[in-house]
Amino acid sequence: MYRIILTKIGAGLLTTLGVSIVIFLGTNALPGDAAQIRLGQAATEDSLKALREELGLNLPLYQQYFRWLFNFLQGEFGTSLASGNVTIAQLISDRYENTLIVSTLTAMIGVPISVGLGIMAAMFPGTIYDRFLTLGSVTLVAAPEFFTATLMVLFVVFFLGIGNAVVVGSIDDKNLVELITHFILPIATLCLVIAAQLIRMTRAAVLNVMNSPYIEMAILKGIPRRRVVMRHALLNAIGPIVNVIAINLAYVVTGVIVIEVYFGYAGLATLIVQGVQTRDYILIQTLGMIFCATYVILMMIADLASILSNPRLRHPK
Amino acid sequence: MNKKVVFEAKNLCINAVRDDGSELPIVRDANFKVREGEVVALIGESGSGKTTIALSSLGYCKPGLKISNGTTSLFDQDLTNMGIEELRQIRGEKVAYLAQSAIATFNPALKINEQVTESAVIHGSKTQNEANEFAKGLYHSLDLPNPDLIGARYPHQVSGGQLQRLMAAMALCGEPSLLVLDEPTTALDVTTQIEVLKAFKKVIRERGAAAIYVTHDLAVVAQIADRIVVLYNGDIQEKGTANEVISKPRHPYTKRLMQAVRPLPAAGKKTKLNKTDKVIEIKGVFAGYGGDVMSKPKEIILKDMNLELSRGEVLGVIGESGSGKSTLARVIAGLLPSFKGEILLDGQQLKPRLEDRPRSELRKIQFVYQMADTAINPKQTIGNILGRPLEFYLNMYGQKQKDRVLELLDMVELPKEFFTRYPHELSGGQKQRINLARALAAEPEVLLCDEVTSALDSIVGANVIELLRGLRKNLGVSFVFISHDLSTVSAFADSIAVMYKGIIAETGSVHKVLSPPSHPYTDLLISSVPELRVGWLEDADKNIQKAKNLLEKENIS
Amino acid sequence: MSNNKNNEDKHYVAPFSNEVSFDELQDAPPSGKFRLSITGKLGVIVVAFWLFIAIFGQFLAPYEENDLPFPDDYSEFQKPRPGAWLGTDVDDRDILSRIMYGAGRTIGISLAGVLIAYVIGVTLGIGSSIAGSRIDQVLTQFFNILLAIPTIMFGLVVVAAVGSSIPVLIITAGAIFSPVVFRLSRALGMEIMVMDFVEAAKVRGEGYRWIIFKEIWPNAAMPLISDFGLRFIYVILFVSSLSFLGLGVQPPLADWGSMVRENLGALQYGESVIPILAPAIAIASLTVAINLIVDDVSAHAGGKLSGRL
Repeated sequence: MYRIILTKIGAGLLTTLGVSIVIFLGTNALPGDAAQIRLGQAATEDSLKALREELGLNLPLYQQYFRWLFNFLQGEFGTSLASGNVTIAQLISDRYENTLIVSTLTAMIGVPISVGLGIMAAMFPGTIYDRFLTLGSVTLVAAPEFFTATLMVLFVVFFLGIGNAVVVGSIDDKNLVELITHFILPIATLCLVIAAQLIRMTRAAVLNVMNSPYIEMAILKGIPRRRVVMRHALLNAIGPIVNVIAINLAYVVTGVIVIEVYFGYAGLATLIVQGVQTRDYILIQTLGMIFCATYVILMMIADLASILSNPRLRHPK
Repeated sequence: MNKKVVFEAKNLCINAVRDDGSELPIVRDANFKVREGEVVALIGESGSGKTTIALSSLGYCKPGLKISNGTTSLFDQDLTNMGIEELRQIRGEKVAYLAQSAIATFNPALKINEQVTESAVIHGSKTQNEANEFAKGLYHSLDLPNPDLIGARYPHQVSGGQLQRLMAAMALCGEPSLLVLDEPTTALDVTTQIEVLKAFKKVIRERGAAAIYVTHDLAVVAQIADRIVVLYNGDIQEKGTANEVISKPRHPYTKRLMQAVRPLPAAGKKTKLNKTDKVIEIKGVFAGYGGDVMSKPKEIILKDMNLELSRGEVLGVIGESGSGKSTLARVIAGLLPSFKGEILLDGQQLKPRLEDRPRSELRKIQFVYQMADTAINPKQTIGNILGRPLEFYLNMYGQKQKDRVLELLDMVELPKEFFTRYPHELSGGQKQRINLARALAAEPEVLLCDEVTSALDSIVGANVIELLRGLRKNLGVSFVFISHDLSTVSAFADSIAVMYKGIIAETGSVHKVLSPPSHPYTDLLISSVPELRVGWLEDADKNIQKAKNLLEKENIS
Repeated sequence: MSNNKNNEDKHYVAPFSNEVSFDELQDAPPSGKFRLSITGKLGVIVVAFWLFIAIFGQFLAPYEENDLPFPDDYSEFQKPRPGAWLGTDVDDRDILSRIMYGAGRTIGISLAGVLIAYVIGVTLGIGSSIAGSRIDQVLTQFFNILLAIPTIMFGLVVVAAVGSSIPVLIITAGAIFSPVVFRLSRALGMEIMVMDFVEAAKVRGEGYRWIIFKEIWPNAAMPLISDFGLRFIYVILFVSSLSFLGLGVQPPLADWGSMVRENLGALQYGESVIPILAPAIAIASLTVAINLIVDDVSAHAGGKLSGRL
């Protein structure tokens, strides 16, 4: 079994490496190189050449790639092309807290609630409660994030009568309660967005187990419903559920981009959008790698969860 | 006659509720009783409603079914009126269920002992310690290896036959008054089936429990049942004591069932064969899986195969799952290239790989698959399925092709209307006939039949064999007839090859193979075929044990 | 039946006539014809409505997409009133007309994108499932890497590299969603490839053409079509999200996603939220409607296809 896990982890690392090549090549296709952008139109051939040498841009592409990868792994991301001489590390450290707080709180609040709701729906299939949840999640799952966000804002502003719902501002010197109130709308929106997926997928995963012959057998053995669900069904559903959770957390990584722009607060996602608008490819490379690596790791966890949950692998013959 | 009635079904009617709300009767007006210490067999083919009736004794209906009329009662308590909680108290405690597939009914995530003892502990009849001890006793009496340790394992860590017996332990742990056994030996190999059957019979007798035994296999019923209820299409056709029903069947359906029971292994009618006219010769063939094509495979399945098939001959290949008998067919067909040895067709050497063989050679060898459900494309009409080999091999198109397809349908005794139908509109037996007709369309010299009757009900299977017999007589085709069922093979084949662990243990004419002295494995197979008489199980046991011991010695040397 | 209670234990034989042949029982009849549920029907109506608007909207719209309904009135985000039934947007343009123009663009781009994704994904996926280990491994590895990049992130990098235009959006959407379609059709192909009827065709000596088009394709088509709807939703969401981020359809062209972005200010300054709500509802109603249909179809087909992966 350890071999399977190690191969999975190895495959994850290889995928990340592959992704880094795609990102590197993609951003290298941008018109103009770093030297030209830095020095502007008025630069002389000589000064361009000097800067290119300094930055290693005259090297063959694969050497540039390894250089970049090596630096990236050491945390040296380089300097931004668009915002003067600010280092990327500086830009990121200014902003990452917002993104981290929103995604962590979303995970902490949204995941347990949604998984619980999904299990409940699977326990009472066909009831009004189940139908309501199913229809609700069918609707939400297909709606764009900004639709959900707009509904949230309308709810808060017009229904609850709370003004200034779109909070923009620094998060310094705030305690947890203040932070939550600050982030309540983006977090609530993201929670709703992942809840739709999570409820649906959890329900399907549990229902799949509930329809298996060994559950019917447990019922025919006279096992109380609670125990059938908690011991017989959930133990088998845990793998699929963890898998579902990891997939949806990976989804938060992308969902957060739209939400940050919508609510206009400064996080990593708005930073990368800025990077695209100003064609700051060094910034895009770095942030792209961070987002993709997180995504790959979460997907890898999803994969490992389904392997680890298989008793055939945990307890070999 | 004055024993206590354990279970009774009165005017029981069960309907299937379809999506549009309409109801379809599954069981009609069933009446029968099960008394203390008595085994009642429900016998019928698929669709007869036997499992549905059996489950009703636990107060349970599969999703989509409902009891529309009548009652079922356990010790005079009406099950149809009970609430969930009352039923829960009864299930596992007073009546316990054994399903067809133990592999599917054991929870893969829980240890065996927990699942075996769970019901008894929850119902409060035993403490966990008492239950553990009791379970160990059961493992002993079910002849399970390592009875003290087997409970600590997970279901996937024990063999299929052991799991089937462990399921019996699971049912018996709560010491129920009624056991419901739903085809508990059908999924097993013949030799394993006998052991499991023996173990079941022993514990049922020891505990004096009543039992409902659901099966389609009359020979099995004869070994274990006191009374028999015969079902067809949801109606009880005949019921009586095992002796009455087996020795003096009165209803035509029961008689049909009896006819379809596999006859005892014995040589069929002799056919005159020209032994010098060889269709297929297999010389020193080795084959296996894994590794690159044509090089030595990682896992060798077939070792040094030597077989001959004369024109018009039926060669039966017999063995249990894993013996390599299906692999042999795949090697002949070229699906699995052999890496050593040669196969001759009409004296010409065949290329090992299917892709390298010319169309004319491919035409001469046709493969008939076990599962007609997956062997014919569900998205093609019967006309297209049968027409394709005609245009592919014989360049037959248009009206000529259609006429020939209708002829083929007639040949396999199916109506002409099937020409435009799709496979899902046909029954299992009809699909198997289409499967056969497709192979015949190519006008082959050899038919490779891989377990063609084992997925079919006994009567349907017997009819297919009957059809094959006629075809053989009229068409002069040779057969390689692969089966795990010795009696089917011996009734149809001219010669037999017994396969065991990838080698041919014994080969020769049916008469030669079936008469002693023979290979211990052949003995084991012969003595494992259930006979349709009461008390056979006990007699057979000695022979089986003897053959097993011999076989073990053989394996060691 | 009334008297048989007493002789319950007697040998009982049901009445019979000798003509009855006791044929094999038919397999369970195929489940009834496919019927849409109420929500499914609603979905069809909504989707049909939007397809109609997508094709004819620009001819039916009261104004051109960048016309000002009230050239003399400079106030933005006006409330609905005669002449502008959904009010005006940040640049005083008629929202109703822009939604009608945007419909064609949003739906057209997404449809073209998902079609490209399908052509690439299905061809390579089914091809890969047949081609055998080498090619299959290379393709699978390649698409796995693409799958490991979040769709939006992929879009951002492409737009950063080559700028945003409608052809770029279509091709990008096609490229981004082809790995998922690839994985799906490969899995389907694999599943069908191991069926006995495909092997039977091989044993017959059939070539690849027959096996692909006559054996595999007819069996893969239905599941793929029901997945098409789901993929279409994701492409619409992707294209709209890019536009919302300002990286998709560029102003002054109208597109539902960019309309939400342009009018984001209405949340803070406007008297009416319709400028945001209207395009958001347009997208949501379309995608939700498609999903309602997909849900019905896949429930009929026996579970979601993506659940098999």
